[in-house]
Amino acid sequence: MRVSRRLFIRDGVATVTLGLTAPAFLSAIAQAQGLPSRRLVVVYLGGGNDALNTLISYQDPQYYSRRPTIAVPAGQVLQVGTDAAGRVLGLHPRLGGLWNIFNEGRLALVQRTGYANSSRSHFEATDIWGTANPQSSTGSGWLGRYLDTLPRPLDALAAWNTSGETPRALLSGQSGVPAIPNGSTYTFASPNRGSAAVQERTAAQMMAANPAAGRPHLAFVNSTSRGAIETLDRVAQATSYTPTVAYPSTGFGLALRTVAGAIVRGVGSRVYWVQTGGFDTHSQQGAQSGGAYGNLMGTLGDGLFAFYSDVRNQGLINDTTVIVFSEFGRRISENGSNGTDHGAAGVMMVLGGMVRGGLHGTAASLAPGSPTLENNSGDVRYETDFRSVYARLLDGWLGANSVPVLNGDFRAGAPAIF
Amino acid sequence: MAQLNPEIDHLLRRAGFGASAADAETFRDMSTPAAIAHLVDYEGRPDDVDARMGRPDHAQVTSKDLFAPDIDIDDARQRWMFRMIHTRRPLQEKMALFWHNHFATAFGKLTADSGNLQAAKMLAYKPGALRGPQGQIELFRKYALGNYRDLLLEVARDPAMLVWLDGKTNTRTKPQENFSREVMELFTVGVGYYTESDVYAAARVFTGWNLRQSEGYRKEDMNAYQEFVYNADEHETSDKTFSFPIYSNGSKTIPSRSESAGFQDGVDLINALASHPETPRRLARKFWNFFISDIHLPDPAFVDGVAAVYLQNGTEMRPVIRYVLTSPWFTNPAMKYARYAWPVEYVARAIKEVGWQNFTLDRVRSPLASMGQLLFEPPNVGGWPQGAGWFSTGTMLSRMNFAATLAASQKEFLAVALESEGRTPQAVLAGMLNRVTPAPLDATPQQALMSYLLAGGAWTGSAEQLNTRTAGLARLLVGSAEYQLV
Repeated sequence: MRVSRRLFIRDGVATVTLGLTAPAFLSAIAQAQGLPSRRLVVVYLGGGNDALNTLISYQDPQYYSRRPTIAVPAGQVLQVGTDAAGRVLGLHPRLGGLWNIFNEGRLALVQRTGYANSSRSHFEATDIWGTANPQSSTGSGWLGRYLDTLPRPLDALAAWNTSGETPRALLSGQSGVPAIPNGSTYTFASPNRGSAAVQERTAAQMMAANPAAGRPHLAFVNSTSRGAIETLDRVAQATSYTPTVAYPSTGFGLALRTVAGAIVRGVGSRVYWVQTGGFDTHSQQGAQSGGAYGNLMGTLGDGLFAFYSDVRNQGLINDTTVIVFSEFGRRISENGSNGTDHGAAGVMMVLGGMVRGGLHGTAASLAPGSPTLENNSGDVRYETDFRSVYARLLDGWLGANSVPVLNGDFRAGAPAIF
Repeated sequence: MAQLNPEIDHLLRRAGFGASAADAETFRDMSTPAAIAHLVDYEGRPDDVDARMGRPDHAQVTSKDLFAPDIDIDDARQRWMFRMIHTRRPLQEKMALFWHNHFATAFGKLTADSGNLQAAKMLAYKPGALRGPQGQIELFRKYALGNYRDLLLEVARDPAMLVWLDGKTNTRTKPQENFSREVMELFTVGVGYYTESDVYAAARVFTGWNLRQSEGYRKEDMNAYQEFVYNADEHETSDKTFSFPIYSNGSKTIPSRSESAGFQDGVDLINALASHPETPRRLARKFWNFFISDIHLPDPAFVDGVAAVYLQNGTEMRPVIRYVLTSPWFTNPAMKYARYAWPVEYVARAIKEVGWQNFTLDRVRSPLASMGQLLFEPPNVGGWPQGAGWFSTGTMLSRMNFAATLAASQKEFLAVALESEGRTPQAVLAGMLNRVTPAPLDATPQQALMSYLLAGGAWTGSAEQLNTRTAGLARLLVGSAEYQLV
């Protein structure tokens, strides 16, 4: 089939921005409620990050014998010292920026995080990290339940999701979270200009205000329309931010840049959700420090370092904590495709101006038969329940009570990250 | 189209992509059973849609240079949108979309492996002009209402799938678990009905199910291709035991076979999975969400009914879908508008209802991406997040803004089409609701629309007023929450 090029007249689509409702600093509601300004940035690595190649046990001979192709040579790792079990560890060589933060004492690495009978399904595992309930992958998420504890009326931007879809972690019965993947297209378009366009926006807002009694699904879609229209102008403030450092031009870097803009412009969001994918490295993970996995680490480390530096330059890093997690780690032995299949425990990272950095928990011994392994010594067994890290973030950072939010008391085993 | 019988209107939104003015002509005098037969027995309808590309009275396609939907992914996306809008076999395209989501295979990973041209060809090549196997989407079109067991077997040796879930590197010494897990978790029985050791056994079953390249293969050559090969010497020949029966005698073990006979291992496993009682139950829940409602939970009796029809008919899909569309759940008034439109459904229906004159389908790509559904790029092997998951402030804003783009492009045509209703704003609104079909509007949105029509001053029906207000009205209706329900 060959159809020659056609040219078309493109009708102008005007953009309507009203400057009237944009507050200069903290959102009016947040300010009136006297909420503390601390915020949490949650970074999800989609696909199951290969934790053993993120934080590398480079003196364990099994690491090299079980990963003949994809192991990172000992001479290349960024050394971070010895953990409580005496295992000598190093970061992936493409995590140079994070290494700097570690050396400043502001990056905590929580080893072997997970839960018993770890799910090897992406979807179930991601949902379990979202619900914070290994017995149930459905229902509300832990961050959604945290948002439910905030005073009402809840500011429409109490949380900000930079991905296009709402992750389970943010789901809640009472608190909708706007998804704003791209601030520059987060505007209201109209086929008309001038007053007709403004009238259209008014009409759209009126239509969305319909409570739709007895039609809950319609009410739900209306609430997303309403949330969009109500947040347009504040989002425009955040996306016009000029950062103090250059961010990498990856999707991840640009999302973090948007988050920094929202923080610096005082939008008032308490929770930000950022995700980056591609971690399902079943094949061609890359030899040594290069290849696909090296690129994933570069994207992660460079993005986070730019964000950390920018927010610190703005004097706001002491109010900011970032956590990084993935739905599971990967198999210890590489497969025939120079990749790794789905595994169990992973590594969580926590960074920020108030974080107590260092190595938390202990690395696995990768020798077959080690009690730190499971699944016929194929996978790393968890040591720290991921919910205890959530508990410490809720209690020690966000000033919430973790017990009702997590539907259980996980404070006891929590690593001392603050 | 509101002037159609409401049952047929509902049918066309669910088993198709809505009704254009031309479709309304086709279906106006048809009974509901005749309309269902028209859709389900689609072999009686001409498959001429691709040949109609380029006609001035159809939506347009455009490209940077030559339009090449067999080897350029953006052009392939336009061709598929064109098919959804203009096909005479809407259920075939609807099922192709269902299977695309079910066997969700993403261009992004394919392109990292094989380059843009080969990746597009593996997904979208329509046999004819070039050498090599058909693209995956043509497989879904071919088996749209075919036999599910046969489709599963074709998918297991589909080149795009072999790259997507790494089957091409599944070898004797290093079995690859990616496809073996998903074929059970997502394509057939679902979580809870297989074990981790089943995953490892299934990986060994499919060892040697690899790809081979055409002679002198170069990624940039449009006639080069990769095709399925069974590499006997890469097949792991020991026996494989599962937690569920593989054979009708109840045996759970695939026997040890010679290398040359080992291909049969995979056929046996696929036969077992296709006829496993949980497979149609899992499909039934997906059909419920796709055809009936993703707001109300599947009725257990519906799931039982679908499973029975599927198993009684030897895993054939046509009787299953006929059962779904003629079932009391499908026609239940409570299920009308009880489903969230997928972005591509929303866009195709909006174009069919508002109009496509001089509108090029190249303009839907970027809006669809920001609504969360770029064709041939599902976010992961589980397909797109559905139901309420389609909606967030960002994606809803993208839908509203697409409505603005479409309304702007049809401005003059809408004004002309509604000229005869232009005497009163009430008549303009009624005329517009004859074209576009949102879920019923409560008093609040109706008042908002009337206020909008009158906001520019007293109604005169002038060309200028019609031009502005009909476009704004189309934008408000298509961008409304009511319109997102189908």
